[in-house]
Amino acid sequence: MTALRLGIGLAIIFAASYALAQGAADKRRSGTQDMSDALQKMQEDDAANPGMLFVQLGGQLWGKATGAAGKSCADCHGDGTSMKGVAVRYPAIPKDADAPVDLEGRINLCRTANQQADSFPPESRELLALAAYVAHQSRGLPIAPPDDPRLVAFRARGQDLWKARQGQLNLSCAICHDDNAGRKLAGVAIPEAHPTGYPIYRLEWQTLGSLKRRLRNCLAGIRAETYADGAPEYVMLDLFLMDRARGMMLESPGVRP
Amino acid sequence: MSRPGLLAAALALAAPAAVAQQIVGDAIPASLTGQPGDAARGRAIVANRGVGLCLLCHSGPIAEERFQGDLAPSLAGAGSRWSEGQLRLRIVDGARLNADTIMPPYYRTGGLQRVARNFQDKTILSAAQVEDVVAYLATLKD
Ligand code: HEC
Ligand code: HEC
Repeated sequence: MTALRLGIGLAIIFAASYALAQGAADKRRSGTQDMSDALQKMQEDDAANPGMLFVQLGGQLWGKATGAAGKSCADCHGDGTSMKGVAVRYPAIPKDADAPVDLEGRINLCRTANQQADSFPPESRELLALAAYVAHQSRGLPIAPPDDPRLVAFRARGQDLWKARQGQLNLSCAICHDDNAGRKLAGVAIPEAHPTGYPIYRLEWQTLGSLKRRLRNCLAGIRAETYADGAPEYVMLDLFLMDRARGMMLESPGVRP
Repeated sequence: MSRPGLLAAALALAAPAAVAQQIVGDAIPASLTGQPGDAARGRAIVANRGVGLCLLCHSGPIAEERFQGDLAPSLAGAGSRWSEGQLRLRIVDGARLNADTIMPPYYRTGGLQRVARNFQDKTILSAAQVEDVVAYLATLKD
């Protein structure tokens, strides 16, 4: 009886605590933990999380035949559960390619190569919805970048970008997110910048947005030139951030203020 | 033109690149414009998140701005800790005193990477705005 109660108690503590789920010594914090209780509840409750509408739309697109090949995602992959564990290991290098693509890039490769359709434009509703649908299949799984040795150089380049000062304000990502995480930039707590919730539904945007969109916001904030659409820099930063968040839990679709 | 007038005119034209010649010790003793700044305008610049950006990182005795940062020391008392010349150099280009500082260089255009097109070759504040901010900070004596 006591053992059972202790067991239940522990289960609750474990479920509630990311730190314990990651191991007690791991002090990394997902941006989710910096949000108000109300927003955390919104993210956790599928009925309240606005990102779930995109997941539903993604599910519809998954089953819809399209393109000159007349095939749906489901025709090749089966139902969405086949995507479990995929989002936690992206970006990755596709078969017969030599440079990594992020999850959205992979979806667009299937569009063009396998469905023989046009690629979805960046930040389009369809692309975000499919990315959210695929990422949602991995919700709760630990981030697990692949050990592909070809990724090492791309990841290192991402780390260089992370550390480089840029923009008129002459700041780097690392200055804010490594050295000053948890401090207040005006009223806002600076998060550790773990890509655990992407794509996210941001209340300020009133829509779902990709990690690229978030990175563009930070670059614009320091008055730096943003990278062009489709630039490899976004994928390199994504690789670096996913490695830095290795073992943390994927939470897509995240909610942010 | 009188000699002081000439000097003022020369300084008024001092481009960000010419600032180095005006540094004495850890200060820039002379006004960048040759004119004293206006403390009231300086306060408005410091308070404005899109202009001075100061309160993103600093707190300060500006009660109506509720959201202030804690990445940097409070601006309260800056005028008793530093002379106007010392304040001027810290705002113009703090990296000359501490290469690792995170405080942006407010009156420098060189040595910056990947600056957004609309800000290229522009300083964060104009020389006159720097003087206004210096005049305001000089009033902050605890
Ligand atoms: C001046 C400080 C600053 C700099 C420099 C900065 N960021 Fe951020 N970043 C923030 C703040 C503050 C937030 C969250 C608040 C918000 O919503 O704007 C944020 C959010 C993020 C997030 C989202 C985290 C989450 O939990 O959703 C990521 C990822 C991120 N930044 C990456 C970067 C990268 C990569 C760079 C460099 C290219 C960078 N940041 C530069 C301040 C900064
Ligand atoms: C991105 C962060 C940031 C911004 C924006 C910023 N500062 Fe600073 N400032 C610092 C830090 C950090 C220091 C501490 C000294 C150092 O690191 O060089 C500092 C130091 C100072 C000092 C000397 C502090 C003391 O009393 O020892 C003054 C004065 C100052 N800042 C004024 C300003 C003013 C005025 C503005 C806006 C026009 C401003 N700062 C904008 C980060 C910032």
